[in-house]
Amino acid sequence: MVNPKIQGREYPPTAPYLVGREKVREFARAVQSDSPLHLDPEAARAAGYSDVVAPPTFAVVVQEATLAQLLADPEAGVDFSRVVHGDQRFSYTRPIVAGDELTATLTIAAVKQLGGNSMVTASSSIADVSGAHVVTAISTLVVRGEDA
Amino acid sequence: MTIAPEFENLTVGDVVAERELRFTRDSLVRYAGASGDFNPIHYRDDVAQSVGLPGVLAHGMLTMGAAGSVATDWLGSAAWVRDYQSRFTRPVPVDAREGASVTVTATIAAIDVEARTARVDLKVVFEGATVLGKAQLLAAFA
Repeated sequence: MVNPKIQGREYPPTAPYLVGREKVREFARAVQSDSPLHLDPEAARAAGYSDVVAPPTFAVVVQEATLAQLLADPEAGVDFSRVVHGDQRFSYTRPIVAGDELTATLTIAAVKQLGGNSMVTASSSIADVSGAHVVTAISTLVVRGEDA
Repeated sequence: MTIAPEFENLTVGDVVAERELRFTRDSLVRYAGASGDFNPIHYRDDVAQSVGLPGVLAHGMLTMGAAGSVATDWLGSAAWVRDYQSRFTRPVPVDAREGASVTVTATIAAIDVEARTARVDLKVVFEGATVLGKAQLLAAFA
């Protein structure tokens, strides 16, 4: 069972993640996009961006370091082998663009127990080098109970 | 390339994009590398079966990401994505030989004229059943 006391816990900001152009292209190909905005810097510049634009779910790459913090927290009691991804949301202030240097700060928004399972809502606020908000990535993780 | 949509021409209920996505083991390995999600249930049948699954599954985030691409490839530079959410309601097993085919249908579900936003709902179906719940993408137009 996940420790209900971690509700409200905020973890230290992650080390800065530098968004690379080739990483954005690699991710875009992996999610089967052929939009020139993700692949072609010239097309992205013509649309008013400084470089290629990341697909909306790219923020998971930056969020991942925060989920690693949660899994590594001995007080949280999250057993990775029992985790199922329940839902996911990304709320953007602006798109992620290659060249961004992003830092993520995780807050545990909620811990609920439901039918032998634990549901953890992990909210990672991602900001750029100026400290301005870019996107919040919210995951609900279902941690199956020992009997489930 | 398709012609970029114009906000003024959108109508609630319009199907704006449809695509059949093909997932193979190759797609899953590619997504694992791109995303950093190396959970072995997405590339090893023995590990998947040891935790009670029929075999290797697609990453939920791959399905969500590729479904989102159907909408964003249609939007092009006409809009950017302010919000995108989904529930993972059913797994997508990916057979080693056959892969898996998933159909995505993008429909305009709501329009906010003041905010110049359109909500695009994504219906994602594998073998006759939806695999993503409440898959909604909010597009902000210039």
